[in-house]
Amino acid sequence: MERILTRWLDIPDLKKLDVYLANNGYAAARKAFFDMKPEDIINEVKNSNLRGRGGAAFPTGTKWSFIPKDSKKPVYVCVNGDESEPGTFANRYQFENDPHGIIEGILITCRAVGSHTAYIYMRGEFTVQKRSIDAALAEARARGYVGKNVMGSGYDVEIWTHRGAGAYICGEESALLESLEGKRGYPRNRPPFPAIQGAFGCPTVVNNIETLSNVPHIINRGADWYKAIGPEKSPGTKLVCLSGHVNKPGLYELPMGMPIKDMIYDIGGGMLDGKTLKGVIPGGSSFPVLNKEESERAIFDFDSMRAIGSAMGSGVVIVMHEDTCMVDMLRATAHFYHHESCGQCTPCREGCGWIEKIMNEMEAGQGRIEQLDLLNNISDNMVGNTICVLADSIAMPVKSYVTKFRGEFEAHIKLGRCPFKSAEAKAQAA
Amino acid sequence: MPESREVKFSDAALEEYRSLLTHYPTRQAALLPTLWIAQREFGWLSEEAQAYVSALMELPPAHVRAVVSFYTMFHRKPVGRYLLDVCTNLSCRLRGADQIVECIRNRLKIGVGETTSDGKFTLDVVECLASCGTAPMLQLNQDAFYENLTPDSTLKLIDELAARDR
Ligand SMILES: Cc1cc2nc3c(=O)[nH]c(=O)nc-3n(C[C@H](O)[C@H](O)[C@H](O)COP(=O)(O)O)c2cc1C
Ligand code: SF4
Ligand code: FES
Repeated sequence: MERILTRWLDIPDLKKLDVYLANNGYAAARKAFFDMKPEDIINEVKNSNLRGRGGAAFPTGTKWSFIPKDSKKPVYVCVNGDESEPGTFANRYQFENDPHGIIEGILITCRAVGSHTAYIYMRGEFTVQKRSIDAALAEARARGYVGKNVMGSGYDVEIWTHRGAGAYICGEESALLESLEGKRGYPRNRPPFPAIQGAFGCPTVVNNIETLSNVPHIINRGADWYKAIGPEKSPGTKLVCLSGHVNKPGLYELPMGMPIKDMIYDIGGGMLDGKTLKGVIPGGSSFPVLNKEESERAIFDFDSMRAIGSAMGSGVVIVMHEDTCMVDMLRATAHFYHHESCGQCTPCREGCGWIEKIMNEMEAGQGRIEQLDLLNNISDNMVGNTICVLADSIAMPVKSYVTKFRGEFEAHIKLGRCPFKSAEAKAQAA
Repeated sequence: MPESREVKFSDAALEEYRSLLTHYPTRQAALLPTLWIAQREFGWLSEEAQAYVSALMELPPAHVRAVVSFYTMFHRKPVGRYLLDVCTNLSCRLRGADQIVECIRNRLKIGVGETTSDGKFTLDVVECLASCGTAPMLQLNQDAFYENLTPDSTLKLIDELAARDR
């Protein structure tokens, strides 16, 4: 398969402007600024069936069309580079290796929705990555691709990077906007939606880094070319973040719709130490876990993953072998959400706390069998009752682990300890 | 040491702050980047540092405090010269993150969240740092990533850091 989003693997120094230009760089932006009207750009992207890569899979062209035409207020484009969903590491490599691909996607987006200012929101830990994209922005600005009068078109686009400071919730789009405005990252009640009232009270598009990186290729080669890659309703390539117990973990650009089995045994070089597969966390830690049988028949695209009751999320595939303690995995997941809940909504704040407490007891072998039903009840009360979906993001995994790996929970309770920790490991830890 | 310096931005930092203001339609939006400058200048965000930012930006002190306490990367107490943030989230756990934490604890004789008595090292554990394909990993001083760690490579890193500016 031709590499599209990870061209840097074939083109050394793609991050340098001259190399980028020599490889058809900014040709799509030129086309969008000189040969296309904003509505043509939006239609092309709509026709391509490009869907958001940030987790919700929303059609990108449709999102852009919600921005009021001829808005009296400025329109903002906010690019989500918070990349904090456990298991996700695609944007990181994009910032490091293809910053101009990101910038070009942003330019075209700004032109499509009538925006003159874009912010790239980056997680606080992305220090190296921020230096990379800031250097590319400086180069692009010096050569007239960013700033006043982009490429002599008479159209201005400023692009600024904005660094968060350690808060998973700031990846949620309305929290991201609050954080951009210099506040705590508290998700907002909706409506109003960002398209009407987003950053600084103005119409705003929020898109993921990877989503926008697809745009120059769609503009260059057309919607029909794009739709022909992978399933038509969910097309394109996907940056798949493969990690855990495989021999060759890493970032792989794959066509949508690849079986997870092939990712493990072919792309990933098989199971680590030749052990047996136990399950997969697909999409990111926010989504239901898959058992062995489900993992081996799962097809990795938005709709197929939904059909088996999980999600493609942000392209995560965390592989777990037979020695993995699923109770400990859920405990670590619960700890994460409890740590990251912003605390605005009672069901989320309290629910995350209870779940973590129960999971700590479970893992230590001090759990009780009734607590398995309690975990389900707490989760049911969290879903759909909160400002944002962080609450669902722990509730859904809890229910999936408790249902699919119930035997392991029971074993912890029965033994009064974790069956996966050997006596030797326990002695070491003591 | 940065802590003992007068709580005031250098000329270069002030310059950087002023240019930041041009990026946003409101002054408040520059708060996070300004706090980053402050943390770089002062090493951590003491009460005085927060008060300085609040005066500089003409923002209510309570707002600045609320923001600082929301974000985990802002230090509200001094940290060692070398801050080791080890990821203990899912993919890193599967590849042995707990052993990495253990070997650092044993070498430095400190617990998680603690600083060595010579002020050189602080150990902390953090959530996923977008480096799961090269797990386990740690971030040094909120900057470079050290990936595909083994207990040996971790101890070697600590030795190298300990030997620096001795
Ligand atoms: C708790 C939470 C965390 C999120 N984190 C991210 C993130 O790190 N990056 C991202 O692009 N989207 C994240 N999202 C999704 C965003 O809210 C939003 O849907 C996305 O940025 C839209 O971009 P897209 O349409 O291009 O996918 C998160 C959502 C939630 C609820
Ligand atoms: S659901 Fe949780 S994270 Fe989301 S707004 Fe409510 S308390 Fe905050
Ligand atoms: S789980 Fe450690 S970097 Fe993602």
